[in-house]
This record gives sequence, C-alpha cells and structure tokens, in this order.
Amino acid sequence: MKFAFSAEMEIFRDEVRAFIREKLSPETRRRVEEGRRLDKADYVQWYRALHAKGWITPGWPKEHGGTGWTALQRYIFEEEVALGAAPPVTAGINMIGPVLIAFGTEEQKRKYLPAMRQGDLWWAQGFSEPGSGSDLASLATRAVLDGDAYVVNGTKIWQTQAHYAEMMFALVRTKPDVKPQEGISMMLIDMKSPGLSIHHIKTIDGGQELYQCFFDNVRVPVANLVGEDGKGWSYAKFLLGFERHGIAGIGLAKRQLNRLKRLAASETSDGRPLIEKPRFRDRIATLEIELLALEYTSIRLLQEGEGKGPGVESSLLKIKGTELRQEIFEMLSEVVGPYIIPYDNDVVRSGWGHDEPVGPDYAATLASNYLDSRKISIYGGANEIQRNVLAKSILGL
Amino acid sequence: MDFILNEEQAILKGSVARFSADLRAAMDKKTVTAADRWGRYADMGLLGLPFDEDFGGFGGGGVETMIVAEEMGRHLLADPYVPVVVVAGRLLADHCSEEQKAYLLPRVADGSLIVVPAFGEPKSRYSLSRVATTAVPSKDGFVLDGRKAVVLSGAAANLLLVTARLSGEVGDEDGIGVFLVPGDLPGVTRRPVLTVDGREAAEIVLDGVRVDKTAALGTLGRGGAIARRAEEFGVAALAGEAVGAMSAVFDMTVEYLQTRRQFGVPIGKFQALQHRVVDMRVALELARSIAAGAAIAADLDNAQERRRIISAAKVQVCRSGRYIGQQAIQLHGAMGMTDEYGAGRYFKRLLVLSSLYGDADHHLERFVSASQYDEGGALVA
Ligand SMILES: Cc1cc2nc3c(=O)[nH]c(=O)nc-3n(C[C@H](O)[C@H](O)[C@H](O)COP(=O)(O)OP(=O)(O)OC[C@H]3O[C@@H](n4cnc5c(N)ncnc54)[C@H](O)[C@@H]3O)c2cc1C
Ligand SMILES: Cc1cc2nc3c(=O)[nH]c(=O)nc-3n(C[C@H](O)[C@H](O)[C@H](O)COP(=O)(O)OP(=O)(O)OC[C@H]3O[C@@H](n4cnc5c(N)ncnc54)[C@H](O)[C@@H]3O)c2cc1C
Repeated sequence: MKFAFSAEMEIFRDEVRAFIREKLSPETRRRVEEGRRLDKADYVQWYRALHAKGWITPGWPKEHGGTGWTALQRYIFEEEVALGAAPPVTAGINMIGPVLIAFGTEEQKRKYLPAMRQGDLWWAQGFSEPGSGSDLASLATRAVLDGDAYVVNGTKIWQTQAHYAEMMFALVRTKPDVKPQEGISMMLIDMKSPGLSIHHIKTIDGGQELYQCFFDNVRVPVANLVGEDGKGWSYAKFLLGFERHGIAGIGLAKRQLNRLKRLAASETSDGRPLIEKPRFRDRIATLEIELLALEYTSIRLLQEGEGKGPGVESSLLKIKGTELRQEIFEMLSEVVGPYIIPYDNDVVRSGWGHDEPVGPDYAATLASNYLDSRKISIYGGANEIQRNVLAKSILGL
Repeated sequence: MDFILNEEQAILKGSVARFSADLRAAMDKKTVTAADRWGRYADMGLLGLPFDEDFGGFGGGGVETMIVAEEMGRHLLADPYVPVVVVAGRLLADHCSEEQKAYLLPRVADGSLIVVPAFGEPKSRYSLSRVATTAVPSKDGFVLDGRKAVVLSGAAANLLLVTARLSGEVGDEDGIGVFLVPGDLPGVTRRPVLTVDGREAAEIVLDGVRVDKTAALGTLGRGGAIARRAEEFGVAALAGEAVGAMSAVFDMTVEYLQTRRQFGVPIGKFQALQHRVVDMRVALELARSIAAGAAIAADLDNAQERRRIISAAKVQVCRSGRYIGQQAIQLHGAMGMTDEYGAGRYFKRLLVLSSLYGDADHHLERFVSASQYDEGGALVA
C-alpha cells in the first residue's frame, strides 16, 4: 500500500489536465462550471477535440479506437474530465458502441463506429416506456417482422437528448409468447423514420432534454437488428454493466464541493464569510470527509477488481456517489440564503447578459441545479433497485 | 398543551379548505387573475384575520393563521397571504397610530391595499439588523436610501414596510426604523423577478425617497425588534403552510404507490418503499405538531420561550420538508422530475418556504441562543 499514485500516473494526470485546459472551449467550461445548460455545439466542439487526440473512446478495444489504458488510467481520465468541467460523453459511446463491437455485424460496425469516434453520430437510448421503468423486461413496444423490415409500434419515454439524436438503440418485443426477457430484441432505429415522432417533456428544473418517442408503424430494416432476435435483454445487461469506472462521480462531486466552498467564502453571514461559520463549515467538512472515503473506496475497488468485469460494487458506488452529490447540491441551494428564491429560466440558460444580476450572479443557476440533481438517484437504475441488487449479493439470495 | 381545535376553529378550517380547493380549481382553469383571487380572500374575511372587528377583522391569533396557511399550502395557492396579512398586517396592527390604523387596516382587510415587508437586503442574508439602508431625518420627515432584496410581491404592493438605519453601524440591533413607503413614490425603483415557485418578488432600490414623519412606525430606533416580532408571526405561518404542502405531496405519493405498477404489483408492495413512506409520515407528523406548537407560541408574551419554539419549528419543518419533498420525487421515479406532474411544484414551494424568513441553520442558531443550558448541560430556559 502506498499513499500516492505512481509517478507515471501523475504524469498521465498532468497530460490529461493540460489537454483539457488547452482544448476545451473556455465558453463551454464556463457554462459547465456555472451550472448552465449546454447546447449541442458545446458537446460537438469537445468531442472533436477528443477525437483529434484519439481519446474519445477510451473504453473500446484498441483495434476499434480504444486507448488501451489501464482501469486506473481511465479512472483518472474521467475524474480529470469532470474536474475540468468538460461535457460528459453521451450514451452512444459508452453504451451502444461496446455492444456493436461485441455483437454487431461488420456492416453495422463500418457504418456507425467511425462516425461515433468522430463525435458526429448521436444516439438516443430507447429503453424505458410509460409502463416499464424499473421493470424494464415488461416492455411492450412491439416489432413484427414483415419482409425485409420490422414494423414497430408503441412508445418509449424519458429519452435524453432525443432531439439531437440521429439514431436510437431500442429494446422492442419481437416475440410475445415467451418469457418476457427472451422476447426482447435490440434494434437501431433511424430517428428520421416515417412514423416516428418525438415530444418534449419539460422537467422541474426548467430543462429541455427529455422526450417521449412514439412509433406508428415505423419500418426498421432487418439489417438494423443487433445480434440475434430475442437476445436483446442480454445485450442490454452487457451494456448497462459496461465499464463503470467513473460511476461514483468523484470528479463531479469534487467540482461541486469546490464550488460550494468558493461560494461560501464569497457569501457573508453576520458580516463574516459564511465559510467561517462553524455550523456551515462543519457541514461542508463532513461532506468532504465522506467524499474522501468514497474516493478511496472507488480506487480500492477498482484496483482489487482489475482484470475482472464490473461487479456489484458498481451499485454501491452509484448509491453513495449520487446521494453524496445530492447533499452537496442541497447545500449549494442554501449557500446564497434568500437569493435561491428568484428564478429565471432564460438566465439559467444564457446568463444575465447586459442585465444587472439579481443577487450574486452565481445564484441564478443554483435552484435549477438542485432540482436537476434529484434525477441522479432515479436514472441509470434507481437507487432502490441498486440496493435490491446489492442486498441480493450480500445476502446470497 | 392542547392541540385540539375549538368549534370555531374547526369551522374555519372547513370553510378555508373549501375556499382553497375552489381557488385552486379556478387557478388550474386559468379563469382568475391575481386581483380576482385577492378579492376572494377579502370576501371570505381572511385578509383581516389578525385585526380587531372595528377594523374589519376577526381578531384571529396564531392558530387561526396556521389553519389558513396550511390550507393554502395544501392547495399550493400562490398569493402573498403570509407577507401581507401575517407579517405586514401584524406589524401595522401593533405599531400604527390609531389614525393610521383607522385608515390602513380596513383597506388591507378589504383587499384594496397590499402592504408587504421589505426587510431583507442584498447582503443581510437572514439577519434583520444588518440594515444598510439609511434614513436621514429631514425638515418634515426622512430621506431613505438603499436596497431591499427578494421582497415577495414587492412589485404588486401598494405599500412597503421598509427597515432603514437612523444611527449606528450595519449589524447594530438599535438605530433602525420601520417606514411605511408607498411603492410609487419618486425614487422607488422596483424590479420584479420570478421565483422558483412561480410567484413574484422584487429587488427594490430606494434613491433619495422622501417620506413624512408619520411614515415612521413604532418606537423609533427599535425597528429591528419590531420587524423580528412581525417576522416571528410569519415564520409560524410558513410552518403551517409547509405542513399543508408536505401533507399534499405525501398523499400524492401514497396514491402513486398504490396505483403505479412494476413487476406485476403496485410498487407500494415493496417493503423498501413501505418503510420510506412510513419515515415520510413520521417526518410529517413531527412537522405538523411543532408547527401547531409554533402557532400557539406565536401569541406568547414570553419572548424567549416564543422564540425558542418558533425557531425550533422552522428547523424541524425545513428538515421534514426537504426529506418529504425529495422522497416524493424519488418514489415517483422519472415522473417526479416532470414539470407537469404536481410533485415537483410542491417540492419547489417547500424549497422557497425553507429559504424564507430564515433557513434551518439560521433558526438553529436562534434556538441555541434562546435556550440557556446550565453547567450540567440541562436546559434552564
Ligand atoms: C433525467 C432522466 C433521464 C433519463 N434518460 C433515459 C434515456 O435516455 N433512455 C431511457 O430509456 N430511459 C431514461 N430514463 C428513465 C430511467 O431509466 C427510469 O426513470 C428508471 O429506470 C426508473 O423507472 P421509472 O421512472 O418508471 O420509475 P418506476 O420504476 O416506476 O419506480 C418508481 C419508484 O419505485 C421504486 N421501485 C420500483 N421497483 C422497485 C422494487 N422492486 N423495489 C423497491 N423499489 C422499487 C423506484 O426505485 C422508484 O423510486 C431517464 C430518467 C430520468 C429521470
Ligand atoms: C430488552 C427486551 C425486553 C423484552 N421483553 C419481553 C417480554 O417481557 N416479554 C416477551 O414476550 N418478549 C419480550 N421481548 C422480546 C421481543 O418482543 C422480541 O425481541 C421482538 O418481538 C422481536 O422478536 P425477535 O427478537 O425474535 O426478533 P426477530 O423477530 O427474529 O427479528 C429479527 C430482526 O428482523 C426484523 N424483522 C422480522 N420480521 C420482519 C419483517 N417481516 N419485515 C422486516 N423486518 C423484519 C426485526 O425487526 C428484527 O430487526 C423483549 C426483548 C428485548 C430486547
């Protein structure tokens, strides 16, 4: 056991840090740091830069454009990307990419992987349905074979950034009369297909990123089936369990904790910096200690598991990581006192512009960020489900 | 202690519950303007709640206030009842001259005058003594200069109750006055902003605003204490409003657990969720009881005891409100994150209520300073 990372790892960290400092648009960085919403252009600029450096798909096998990094390197990379306030990598690269590499046809690989590596091809994740959230296997969107195409009918809901997406990877039911899991197939659906429409769902933070998608006799070429008919469930499990080195979100938590400290130093209470108030300071310190413990846990589990696939530990890291981040966002909602109350959705998006800020300028996004933070314990497998998974494993049930 | 409503209070509760539900329904149909709504409160006699009958009121106390506030919270009414009737109303009733009362109180009660407290400032956080706005005596009155922050309904109000410093330093308890300032006086600039729960607040600049001598209310120089006393009534009322909001979002969650099906059963069948709603219910019951305690305490003359209980209530209500709001969203899954579904609206109202008139940390501090502990650690308050 050693306290520091090896010298090579520190050199690697410096290299990642320098790259982000140099190549991430300062405007995008500022928007991420201030908790503003991003436009597609923010992502595209960053993905192009990652592509040019060869770092856009670190988790892919080397022959498909992966970096060949160790698990620890990937962890460091993800932490630095989060700390450096870069946009997150989208569902396509981390989810469907590895599935296509493992199970896709040669044609599918040729068609999609290069475009994804260039950061040009956007995917929506078409899993959830109104009646099927945690119980995904109950999904009801039907696909019926008709000549050279499947005809898809039904609806998907909660698709993040469906308005940016050119393609969707979807789970659909191709066989109705077998065990639920065995009747599911995965297919790649062109978002411009006739009969496919998307409807925006506004969220409590004022965000514009969620959609419901409706399928009315949408024809999906058989060539767009992933792997075998009826094997969609196992591909989905493969995809959801894939490479979750950064799942605890340590870098994200650190950045928000730093923000909290910065704001608490700039706010005053009874004429003193808020951060000097023992009551407030100790609450921050308590979160910081938990974060440190979680960071060590993340790294330890990663090292102990090197070479093995991701285990149930990822549930543990997801639960604690999301709940800790939510606590930090909750404190961020307290840091400006009554200035958490004013709220202007346009300002959350674009800043104050030429207007004089209402209260401190950094106050404008805090309520929105707090509201938005409630989603992280719901999506990607709700924390109750993660606890069920972990309980089964601990108890050997 | 007696937590049981008397007969009149029970009747009030019933009629305010109907009133609030009707108003909510009208709001949902978008058939009422803010002015219509305020008129309905006046017709119900609710705007004169704290005033004597002579002034168009019915002499209600803390408990009556809580009853009204709770129903408003339950139905998510958006009107400035607490700032206008409870905080400003109490302050006017307690500190105006007889002549001023005769003019002002009936007009507040009939809805024709909207008066709001404007105590907070950009740098005051929750302190009522960190007043940097100045009041300089002039030949026939005072000249006010400064800024007031996050004044709920500050743009809609006809009159502002402004705290301003006559002497001493920012943070001094003494040397503050409370001034009645018409919102349309020259030198008053009001910038309306939306609030996270869909209401209006204003940032107010006072630039050489001239008011006459009668604008100064109560004992000159004791404005900090005057404002604080009025705000205590407001804190007690907000506790009631928050309990109403919590109980509504709790009921929604229970209903959702009974109807939302996953894995072939209502999700309420899962023990993890059953225990969660039980914990929410415990949090709700604690908040409800201590809010009732604060409602009773609001009328106490013993300032220290009053302050202890009211601050205790704000702390507990903030905690319970955060927990219940967060869990309500969580148990609704992605549906809870949508703007259209009601849980989020309650969540936002609870966020505002917890951040108004002092947050949990602020009231924890007040509670500690109002509670004296002897050397053995026992409470002697
Ligand atoms: C911001 C956001 C983005 C999303 N993006 C996408 C996307 O791009 N693509 C996509 O397909 N989906 C997406 N989702 C959907 C997400 O995957 C689902 O919200 C999630 O799977 C939970 O399903 P649900 O919302 O239907 O909740 P439900 O499954 O109805 O759950 C409701 C509550 O019950 C609990 N619960 C359910 N079953 C059990 C059980 N057995 N034991 C204990 N508790 C239980 C849940 O934990 C939750 O608290 C997104 C969701 C959000 C909030
Ligand atoms: C100090 C003390 C004094 C007592 N005095 C008396 C006495 O005077 N007379 C008498 O008759 N008994 C007495 N008891 C016994 C007491 O009533 C039992 O301990 C109690 O009923 C729990 O039973 P158990 O200890 O067998 O635990 P178990 O029933 O075996 O429970 C073990 C754990 O599992 C949990 N659990 C069990 N079932 C469920 C479920 N369905 N869902 C979720 N969790 C569950 C329990 O909550 C507990 O945490 C006493 C116990 C103590 C500790």
